Amino acid sequence: MGKAKQTPLYTAHKQLGARFTEFGGWIMPVQYSGMIDEHLTVRRAAGLFDLSHMGEIQVRGQLAREFVQRLTTNDVFKLRPGRVQYSLFCNADGGIIDDLLVYREETGFTLVVNAANTAKDFQWMQEVAQTEEFRGRVDIIDVSEATALLAVQGPKSPKILQAAGFAIGGLPYMSFYRHPFPGGDCIVSRTGYTGEIGYEIYLPAEKAMEQWERLLTVGKDMGLVPVGLGARDTLRLEMRYTLYGNDIDETTNPWEAGLDWAVKLEHDFIGREALVKARKAGPRRCLVGLRMIERGIPRSGYHVMDGGRCVGTVTSGSYSPVLKQAIALAYIEPGKATIGERVHIAIRNKAVAAEVVPTPFVPSHVRDEVNTE
Amino acid sequence: MYTRSHEWVRVEDDGVVVGVTDYAQNQMGDVVFVDFPAIGKECKTGEGVVVVESVKAVSDVYAPVSGIVVAINEALEDSPEKVNEDCYGEGWLIKIKPLDAGELENLLSAADYEALLGE
Repeated sequence: MGKAKQTPLYTAHKQLGARFTEFGGWIMPVQYSGMIDEHLTVRRAAGLFDLSHMGEIQVRGQLAREFVQRLTTNDVFKLRPGRVQYSLFCNADGGIIDDLLVYREETGFTLVVNAANTAKDFQWMQEVAQTEEFRGRVDIIDVSEATALLAVQGPKSPKILQAAGFAIGGLPYMSFYRHPFPGGDCIVSRTGYTGEIGYEIYLPAEKAMEQWERLLTVGKDMGLVPVGLGARDTLRLEMRYTLYGNDIDETTNPWEAGLDWAVKLEHDFIGREALVKARKAGPRRCLVGLRMIERGIPRSGYHVMDGGRCVGTVTSGSYSPVLKQAIALAYIEPGKATIGERVHIAIRNKAVAAEVVPTPFVPSHVRDEVNTE
Repeated sequence: MYTRSHEWVRVEDDGVVVGVTDYAQNQMGDVVFVDFPAIGKECKTGEGVVVVESVKAVSDVYAPVSGIVVAINEALEDSPEKVNEDCYGEGWLIKIKPLDAGELENLLSAADYEALLGE
């Protein structure tokens, strides 16, 4: 087994007094000043995240577009250069191999995948690339090691990025531009995993430390703080963004997970047949949002009960710093998966009342107009 | 007095007050919920008696002595963060009426606990 990897910013995190955790084979900062404080600062001002553990895989070549279209559930033929779309890799049974972002560039695509799945995804892509249809007409390059990723998320993020010299004025949500850099480009996209206005910066690994420090300096007066994976998780949970490994995996299909908007059956892709069948058959379970009514915190793996009967399982659960309540995502049988349904969560042998609620739990600001005056 | 599992113990007239040490609260991170036992519950030395939940983790707090739970810190229901902010004062967790006061002799002194942290 390999040792856990460090991002180019490891020493920066140490110097900031971060507490670390292992995640997807990487040693990552889980918190600096405290998870609740970091979470609320992202919602009120801005947070800086090191996401260099994520994987980036480039697709180039004559059939790059057809290849990505075959691999992904969303319709990449509708994706113009300079735009980004959320998509899924599915296996032949319709189970989710990974969730990802697809960036359409002038000369091909960059796929941004989960850290823990990078090797698995790359191997799967290689297998498809070697089939007769694509062999020699598609190139796949794993650029993860060479690529660092920083995110600035929060209402103050546009001003911070502008102050740091990034031309994000007028950049729409789910779009990107190439920022010229001495020694290579970086990609700056208006994307994120927090529900706030925010940006993600993909840059050469050797430039990461310099940009991290620059952003912290420039953003200091606007309240920018470093934010770890702990707050990243509570931020995305409030938005009902699924986390691979918790809410989605190879045993869940997009219909059950509520990700049908990322599936366009009008094109052929791996898993399409199975998904058509599954849709006809109807869902066996539905991923819903739960809010605790009685005191207790639902955690991944806890059972959802109706009377004495188990009707589902919690996949993600935690405390919402904004709502000051415990919230969760859970797969529940379709009959009980409607808004307003009362259920119980089994927490240490006690049945604690919860309610199915609409999601996101907290309003999204990702499409808010950016004012850079 | 202290335990190896990072609880502190203070002897009062009607029982011993129990909380978690600064080391423990720091390790846990932001405390968001304290799951108390019922008053009157029997507890045994070394067994879990309170559960303290932080954002990311569920932590057991172990009874330093055997006895009966006679009080819980209800203020923590609305302000669980007191466990982080004032773990030795307003962040106290429960009070136990011990069955056998002799058990207190098994606990660590401040010096012993400091030494433990240094290991």
